[in-house]
Amino acid sequence: MDLADLTAHELLTLISKREIAPKDVVKSCIDRIERCEPLIKAYLYIRDPEEIINSVREDMPYSAIPIAIKDNILVRGLPNTCASKILSNFIAPYNATVIEKLKEKSFNITGKTNLDEFAMGSSTENSAFGPTRNPWDLERVPGGSSGGSAASVAIGSSIWALGSDTGGSIRQPASFCGVVGLKPTYGTVSRYGLVAFASSLDQIGPITKDVTDCALLYSFINGHDPNDSTSLNVEPYRYSPLTGDIRGMKIGLIKELLVEGIDPSVERCIRDAVKTFQDLGAIVEEVSLPHISYSVPTYYILAPAEASSNLARFDGVRYGFRAGGKTAEEMMSNTRGEGFGPEVKRRIMLGTYVLSAGYYEAFYLKALKFRNLIAGDFKKAFERFDVLISPTSPILPFKLGEKVENPLEMYLSDICTIPINLAGLPAISIPCGFVNNLPVGLQIIGPVFSESRLFEVAYGFEQAMPFHKRRPQLGGNTYGV
Amino acid sequence: MEYEVNIGIEIHAELLTKSKVFCSCPVQFGAPPNTLTCPVCLGLPGALPVLNKKAVEYAILTALALNCKINRNAIFHRKNYFYPDLPKNYQISQYDTPIGVQGFLEIETSKERKRIRIRRVHLEEDTGKLIHSGGRITGSDMSFIDFNRSGVPLLEIVSEPDISSPEEAKEYLTNIRDILVFLGVCDGKMEEGSMRCEANVSIRPKGSEKLGTKTELKNINSFRAVERALQYEIDRQIDIVSKGKEVIQETRHWDEKNERTISMRSKEEAHDYRYFPEPDLVPLEIDDAWIERLRSQIPELPEEKYERYKDLGLTPYEAKLLAHDLEMSIFFDETIKLYNNPKNIANWLLVDVTKELKDRNKVITQTLITPQLMTELLTLIDEGRISGRIAKEILPEVIDKGLSPRKIIEERNLVQITDVSELASVIEQVIKENASVVEEYKKGKEKSFMFLVGQVMKLTKGKANPKLVNELLKKTLG
Ligand SMILES: [Zn+2]
Repeated sequence: MDLADLTAHELLTLISKREIAPKDVVKSCIDRIERCEPLIKAYLYIRDPEEIINSVREDMPYSAIPIAIKDNILVRGLPNTCASKILSNFIAPYNATVIEKLKEKSFNITGKTNLDEFAMGSSTENSAFGPTRNPWDLERVPGGSSGGSAASVAIGSSIWALGSDTGGSIRQPASFCGVVGLKPTYGTVSRYGLVAFASSLDQIGPITKDVTDCALLYSFINGHDPNDSTSLNVEPYRYSPLTGDIRGMKIGLIKELLVEGIDPSVERCIRDAVKTFQDLGAIVEEVSLPHISYSVPTYYILAPAEASSNLARFDGVRYGFRAGGKTAEEMMSNTRGEGFGPEVKRRIMLGTYVLSAGYYEAFYLKALKFRNLIAGDFKKAFERFDVLISPTSPILPFKLGEKVENPLEMYLSDICTIPINLAGLPAISIPCGFVNNLPVGLQIIGPVFSESRLFEVAYGFEQAMPFHKRRPQLGGNTYGV
Repeated sequence: MEYEVNIGIEIHAELLTKSKVFCSCPVQFGAPPNTLTCPVCLGLPGALPVLNKKAVEYAILTALALNCKINRNAIFHRKNYFYPDLPKNYQISQYDTPIGVQGFLEIETSKERKRIRIRRVHLEEDTGKLIHSGGRITGSDMSFIDFNRSGVPLLEIVSEPDISSPEEAKEYLTNIRDILVFLGVCDGKMEEGSMRCEANVSIRPKGSEKLGTKTELKNINSFRAVERALQYEIDRQIDIVSKGKEVIQETRHWDEKNERTISMRSKEEAHDYRYFPEPDLVPLEIDDAWIERLRSQIPELPEEKYERYKDLGLTPYEAKLLAHDLEMSIFFDETIKLYNNPKNIANWLLVDVTKELKDRNKVITQTLITPQLMTELLTLIDEGRISGRIAKEILPEVIDKGLSPRKIIEERNLVQITDVSELASVIEQVIKENASVVEEYKKGKEKSFMFLVGQVMKLTKGKANPKLVNELLKKTLG
């Protein structure tokens, strides 16, 4: 057992009791990076270890708890590639608002983690710089798009991490890597400095080893930001110790997310989780959300539409990679042709198509209507239930290359996470079991601003079923308990 | 065949806000290139727009002044197109829910008074500026971009094709310019690009229901160019149609130097802008209280001033000149509070003061003359203390130094001589020294009398009261 295997709150307690020195934690993570990174490739950029160690300050406890940042969140002075050739030489000239908030507490950043190019994908295979591997099985994907952040937390090359979630990009990799991931209520965490994929769906959130760390990290990054017009001016979430008392709570199991194409072993884990909740004194009933089956097509119209416009700025004119060309137009066209990978191009074309004259009403406007219907289903369900549950992913972590040739199958595997972004709701994924030593994730969904309730439900489960304590084994070395 | 002309005008006005429309960079002209920029207006990854409330207020003010209905839920849209001067490769603009719709503006030409309908007033962001080495895009092998202008708030004002002559177009444009200037939302300088204009032009046989095929005219960079460009284009279209050919729908560029319009691109190459609601901004909610507060801030506009001035007894010509000159009309209004002869003030302001201002290339607020000093000057004339001539002589000093006319005339002893005995002795001297002229006058030569008056004025250095000199001289000569 190394310090890198502990949670942030455990480490903070040890530090405050002076049982360990702050620098020991950082050294343990650096050691883990050196040993595991060649196999996992969670990072696209790692800060100089000397610098990371020197960033530790005795008076600032969080400087001792290394954090990894997804490479689509700007950290001033560090590269920000979005795992794309088109930004391969881009150094962030300013800090994202979440980074400013972390810097106030002297958070110590290890580096920038791998992702699917511009956060488009569910496996981190769409990275221009090569895939990240799942610490539980190197033949398998860590999920995506925040695969680097999730893998890093799972293997201990950082204690916690930030990811971004547009259709499941925090929760699904958290599920695949056996860690905890929160997609917060839309508008509670500033998007300023997050490279936009789909503005109306994107949200930054924490990836951690347990629920307490998740609540803690969320408390540091949430809050109104005048630089983000979609940021909501509400009372921010403040951390207070969790009790896990969920007696009498009403939990809805979403019927539609337990059928079509679900892996039977995943369904078993979810059914077991239902029992656990009942044992803890909650009432669990099935609930139907009739429009939820339209989520994937709705998402794959709206997200690419916004992406096609958001990614238009990458043209080689002002920054990033620039290809040659005889005219400005030719240069811009060549830059985008050579700079973007196939999945990004596919989505830009999809998005351009659905916004085009003559198709806008048939696709984009219709999708907006379905988005409202889906949000309406949730609203109705929350009149009866305190939270809803579902699998985070209907399938287990799959093998590298397994779905690359079949984007549609990959898209459909996001069925459980996508509706939550469409409705702007918060949802947390926590480990709820293992199948053949591969983690399974449980998704708990709440109404807007119900993060503290989600933490309580998740914490209650976690205390009863401590799957989060398992650590992956790697290359013959056991990092488990 | 007789043709009817239909012209619609699209105006882009740069708003005089302190900061840009979606970031806090200052709006300023003439700063070194790319010094007034930030992640937002450079379109850096991760940057997000935040709407400038002042720009919205300016847009609402203008929409109200143009009699528009205000959309309570105005939405911003993205207009997508690729161009190097557009940092995000989309422009945040407005589409189907602009701030103002269905307005109108009354114009008056030599022929008639008519109402031009205004389709929409909306807010958007300006682009950067391309600078081509060698000054022109053709043949240039290198271009530079200055993003200082990127994100400057632009107001777009679109008229219906109700304008039926170049004269009306110019009148419409100057009226809009004056309204913008009076509201204080734009400086209206077309030549400097802070107000830009595009026109769509079509002709149709008189009485025909359907509008003809239109061409879009761009690059009209001055008020003078508006009339000439439109006239050229109308003549060109009439020429085409009367030869039995058809006008092609296209964009044409006004070539100022050669006084003609040149084809730029035809409709086939027209853009599909793929408008969709800007997800980085929330809908703009405009409530009644806000609208009413802004409505109460609208100052008196040229049209109302014009009517009021006519009621004060000014000629329509004088009233119009004054009413459309913001600084001068404010000066005029302040002065009539102190001095109850509007006609006299208007005359002085429009003739003598205007001439002095033109010589200095200044507007009245840039000089030191005040309504109080103006009143003092006019009162001195009325009291017979100085002649008009003296008043005109000392006017430059009042304008440049802000000196009191009363003090000037006292210090330099310029007070009119109205003392009969003093004048009588001067007259006596003149008669003595010009005996031959006196003789000629007595023989009936009227001109000689004027010469003698002139001599008196000369000896008194212009201070003699001319009326009195006339009377006394006549009396003395018998
Ligand atoms: Zn700026």
